[in-house]
Amino acid sequence: MNSNMALFGARKLGAALVTLLLALTAAFALGHLSGDPVYNILGPLAEREQITQMQQELGLDKPLVEQYTTYLGDTVRGELGDSLQYFRSNSELIRSRLPQSLQLLGVAMILAILIGVPLGTLAAVKEGTWWDRAASTVALLGQSVPVFWLGLMLILIFAVRLRLLPSGQSGGIDHLVLPAITLSLLPLAHIARLTRASMAEVLAEPYIDAARARGLSARRVVGWHALRNAALPVLTVTALQTGVLLSGAVAVEYVYSWPGLGTLALEAVQFRDFTLAQAVVIVGAVTFVLLNLLVDLLYVVVDPRLRT
Amino acid sequence: MATTTDSTAAELTAVTPAIAPSPGALRRGRRPRAVLWLALPLAFIALIVLIVPALGILPDPHRQHLDETLLPPFFLDGGSMSHPLGTDKLGRDLLSRLVTGGRLTFLIGIVGTIVAIVPGTLIGLLAGYKRGWVDTVVSRFIEAQLALPFVLIALAIIANRGSSLGVLIVVLALTGWAPCARVVRAETMAVRERQFVLGLRAAGASSARIVLRHVLPNLTGVIVVLATLQVGTAILIESALSFLNLGIQPPDISWGQILASGREVLTQAWWISTFAGVAITVVVLLVNLLGDALLSHYDPKKRKF
Repeated sequence: MNSNMALFGARKLGAALVTLLLALTAAFALGHLSGDPVYNILGPLAEREQITQMQQELGLDKPLVEQYTTYLGDTVRGELGDSLQYFRSNSELIRSRLPQSLQLLGVAMILAILIGVPLGTLAAVKEGTWWDRAASTVALLGQSVPVFWLGLMLILIFAVRLRLLPSGQSGGIDHLVLPAITLSLLPLAHIARLTRASMAEVLAEPYIDAARARGLSARRVVGWHALRNAALPVLTVTALQTGVLLSGAVAVEYVYSWPGLGTLALEAVQFRDFTLAQAVVIVGAVTFVLLNLLVDLLYVVVDPRLRT
Repeated sequence: MATTTDSTAAELTAVTPAIAPSPGALRRGRRPRAVLWLALPLAFIALIVLIVPALGILPDPHRQHLDETLLPPFFLDGGSMSHPLGTDKLGRDLLSRLVTGGRLTFLIGIVGTIVAIVPGTLIGLLAGYKRGWVDTVVSRFIEAQLALPFVLIALAIIANRGSSLGVLIVVLALTGWAPCARVVRAETMAVRERQFVLGLRAAGASSARIVLRHVLPNLTGVIVVLATLQVGTAILIESALSFLNLGIQPPDISWGQILASGREVLTQAWWISTFAGVAITVVVLLVNLLGDALLSHYDPKKRKF
C-alpha cells in the first residue's frame, strides 16, 4: 500500500459519499416535492384534525429544510422510520427481507458472469463464425426481452406444463432456479457483448502476438494474457449492471412471489406507505453505491498500473 | 463512479452498455441498406397501430362480451376467426386490444425518448464544453442518478402520487437523461479539442454559437443512436411499470398493461400475456438492431468491434 493507492482510494471514497448524498437528497425530494402524502393516505374525506394530527406524527408540519436535515441525520444513524402499514420499524422489515433478495441477486449475477464472460470470449476468439453470430444473437435478444415476461413464460413451461419446478415463493434450491435464470438474462447479455468487444480489441494488441510467438498455447494466451486485460471494462459494466439488476429484481420477485425487498416495496406503494417505500429506495441506493466503490477499489487489484 | 480509465472506445461502451454494437453485424460493416431494412418493419408496425384502430375493421377493444371470455386464438380448439388472437377475461378482442394498445406504447416510447434525450444532450454539451466545476457538478449528478435505478425512482414518486401517464413520463425523463448526458459529455470533450473549434474561438465566436452550431452537428450520429436505443428502453420501462401496476392503468391500454392483465389468468389463457410479450420483444429487438445499424452507419470506425 503506497501513497498513490491511498490517494486513489480516498478520492473514490469521497466521490462515493457525494454520490450517496445526492442520491439520498433525490429520494427525499422525489417523496416530498410531489405533494403531501397525508392527503393521499387519508383520502379526500379526511377531517381537518385527522390531517393535522398525522402531519404532526410524521413531522410533515415542520419546514422542509428541517425535515430534510432530520431525514439525513436519521438515515446516517440507520434510522429509517416506522412503516405506516405494518406499524413496525422499516429497518426491521427490510432486514427480514434483505437476505432473500441478496441471495437472488447474488446467484443471478454469478450465473451472468459464468455464462456471459465465456460466451463473449468465445465470440471474440471465433470471430466471424456462426459461434460468434449465435452468441451475438443471444445477447441482443437478452437485451430486448422484458424480464418479467420471460419469467411468466418460464413459469408457463416449467411449472405449469412440465411441472418440473415450483412457480414461486422461496424454499429450497429448486425455488431459486427459475427466478435466478430470469434475472440473470439481462446482465448476461450485457456482459457477453462487452466481453466480446473488449476481448476483440485486446486480441489485436501486439503483446498477444508476442505471447503467441513465444509459443504459448492458445488457451493460455486467451485465458491468461487476453482475459486479464479485457476484464477491466467488463468489471465496470458488471458493477453498473447492479442498478439494472435491482430494477429487474423487483419485477422478477413480483412474478415469482419471491419474498424479498422488491415485493416489500411494491406492497408499500400499494398501501401508500411512503416511509417504507423511501426506506427501500435508500437501501437500494446505498447498496448500489457501495458495490461501485468496491469495484473501484478492485481496480487497484486488477490493474497494476494504478499501483505505481 | 466505476470509471477510471480515459475514454477509450471500450469504456464508452462500458458506460452505456446498450450502445455496445452487435459484434457480428458491425464487423462486416452493415451498409446503410441495413438501416432501411430495419426501419421499414418498425414504420410498418407503427402505421398499423396508428391507422387500423381508426378504420373500424376491428371490434371495439373496450367492448365486453361476458359470454365469450378467454376464447383461445384461432389455431387452437374452440378458437375462431371472429377473434383471431382470442379474448381476455372480460371477452374483449385481444387482437384489437393489442393494435390499440400499441398506440400508447409507441407514444410513450417516443415522448419518453424526447424528454430524456433533449435535456441529456444539453446537459452533456454544457459539461463537456465548459469543463471545470460545471463538469464536476454535472458528473456527480449523473452518477447519483445512475445510483437510483428506475424502479426505485418510480417507487419514490408513485408511493406519494399514485400512478398516471404523467408520472410515467416524469420517471422516463428522470432516468433517461443521465446515460445520454454521459455519452454526449465524453463526445463533446473530444470534439472541443479539434482544430476547428480552436479556430472558431480565436475568431471570437460565442460559446453558445460554437456549441449549438458547430459541436452539436458533429454529434448527430451519436445522438441519433442514443435516441433510437432510448425508444426501446422507454418501451421496456413502460411495460415493466405497467406490469407492476405502477404504470398505465385500465381502461387505458398499453402492451405492458395487457401483459399484466394476462398474468392472473396465465394458466387458463396463456395467449394474452404471450402475445403482448411477443409484441414488445419484436419492437424492442427491431429498435435495438436499428440502433446498432445506425451506429455502424454513422461511425465506421466502431465497426472494428
